[in-house]
Amino acid sequence: MKTFVYIDHFKGAVQPASWEALGLAKSLGTASVVLFGSGVDAVAKAAFEYGADEVLVADDAALTDYRAEPYASTLAALASSQSPDLILFPTTARTRELAAMIGVDLNTGVLTDISGLEASGDQLIATRPIYEGKLIEKAVCSGKPVIATIRARAFPKPEAEASKSGTATKVEVKSETLTNVDGYSTSESAVNLGDAGVIVSGGRGVANNPSLTPPDGMDEKQAEIWRAQQGFALITELANVLGGAVGASRAAVDGGYIPYSHQVGQTGKVVTPDLYIACGISGAIQHLVGMRNAKLVVAINKDADAPIFKQARYGVVGDLFQIVPALTEAFRKKLGK
Amino acid sequence: MKIIACIKQVPDSEAKVRAEDGKVSWGDAPLVINPFDEYAVEGALQQKEAQGGTVTALCLGPESAKEALKHALAMGADDAILITDPALEGIDTLGAARVLAAAIQKIDGVDMVVFGRQTLDNGAGITSAQTARILRWPMLGLAGQIKVHDGRVSVERVIEEGRQNVSAKLPAVLSVVQSIGEPRYPSFMGIRKASKANIPVWSLSDVGASASEAIVKRTELMNPPVRETAVDIIAGESPAEIAEKLVDKILAEKVL
Repeated sequence: MKTFVYIDHFKGAVQPASWEALGLAKSLGTASVVLFGSGVDAVAKAAFEYGADEVLVADDAALTDYRAEPYASTLAALASSQSPDLILFPTTARTRELAAMIGVDLNTGVLTDISGLEASGDQLIATRPIYEGKLIEKAVCSGKPVIATIRARAFPKPEAEASKSGTATKVEVKSETLTNVDGYSTSESAVNLGDAGVIVSGGRGVANNPSLTPPDGMDEKQAEIWRAQQGFALITELANVLGGAVGASRAAVDGGYIPYSHQVGQTGKVVTPDLYIACGISGAIQHLVGMRNAKLVVAINKDADAPIFKQARYGVVGDLFQIVPALTEAFRKKLGK
Repeated sequence: MKIIACIKQVPDSEAKVRAEDGKVSWGDAPLVINPFDEYAVEGALQQKEAQGGTVTALCLGPESAKEALKHALAMGADDAILITDPALEGIDTLGAARVLAAAIQKIDGVDMVVFGRQTLDNGAGITSAQTARILRWPMLGLAGQIKVHDGRVSVERVIEEGRQNVSAKLPAVLSVVQSIGEPRYPSFMGIRKASKANIPVWSLSDVGASASEAIVKRTELMNPPVRETAVDIIAGESPAEIAEKLVDKILAEKVL
């Protein structure tokens, strides 16, 4: 089987699931890495090290920033001329759009966010979560190529071998575009929960520390948010010691405690870290389906009857404002940080 | 401006969704407007307020989906259209995008089409981009803010690395995320208007589209494996003692 593996990157920083897609492609047959951008030699080199059989590069000023139209047209033209059986992407904001568009151009199906892919005869059967992860479906695509975006951390990442190298092949660029990139603002810190090995999350309980006295002049809502931010500061500290990311429940993002980009569950943001620590999260169903595939779940909550404890391996019935800093301290000591 | 908000009807997100005999069951939970599409309606209404014009809610689904359209009307949409046809049963996203694109062309003179970021059921989040591609209109996805000026639309896209500012000429297709603003509650007047509304129903032949054979087909539907966990509650005399015990347990699991 011949597979195209699309490497998704932002200014040369590769989404790690791109390499997981490459590993999956290699397990099925030959893997042709597809790489777009400008000045992407280092990424091409890495693609060979991760096991690409060939690297097809469109390196052009018109492709400096991701834009849907030139990227989709370049990729669709390349797929038309080389007829891969399968095109794999990591699942990101960019690739959902790109996969969707080449699905139109190539008149074939798109399977998003897959967590499994098996060959059965000449068919590929994909496993993917639906209904916010409350159900799992197996689905097939009768079109060719099959287009799929893979969920981060669902497939093993191959080992890079520095001895592997090759020469990238230049491909033709279709540069017509309908959209302008006017710039970037980083008002909100980047969060990538999908790739995180450890996630420490906070919920409504994070605002529930009456012993804190907010600064004068705040109304009730401002004081609640201020309290919650003190709580999230503790959670962030614990996440930092563990090299992890900060997550949040819907209650916490709806409450304005932390930006939406941290939300676990519901938006389809299903996370699969090795360790998930839920602090002050009671465990609404949307949240549970978002995190229940974590390898190890730890819950800290005042309410011993909170549903989150049913998903947890270890639990602490107590005040997160006391337990979380103590955990940070204990990890710091044991991990020698 | 002529604005279309594309919406879908889905089981309520609180529903206990289960696989039963290969079919999706949501018990007696209500069918509601897809929560992400409420943001699409909100985004469309904001642009109507800023620019003048109309908002039409467009939905592809069974007769029952009129209730979702009524929610959009109650929020403030000017009118609503339901596309329903027996041939749409089992349609995939590409087929749905083709029907929506044909309907948007039939409506004619449309300046902006707004989608929610994804649906709660299939959750692929690709129908918006496919519709844009079929129409050959620009796609501005995952917009957290929208501004229209001089026939151009500028959005702030929320992507993994932060926020990207992108602009394009109208007409354009957008999808919106939660930062667009909380969807407004239907007003009393809105609810009254919606309850009396006579929602036009278009068949595929009205739209001038045909239902293409689904390329993506479900072969199996499963409930996720139930995790058998008996929670081990860690107790102790002090937070420090509890933390110490818990850290030892976590480290013993060798997940770090």
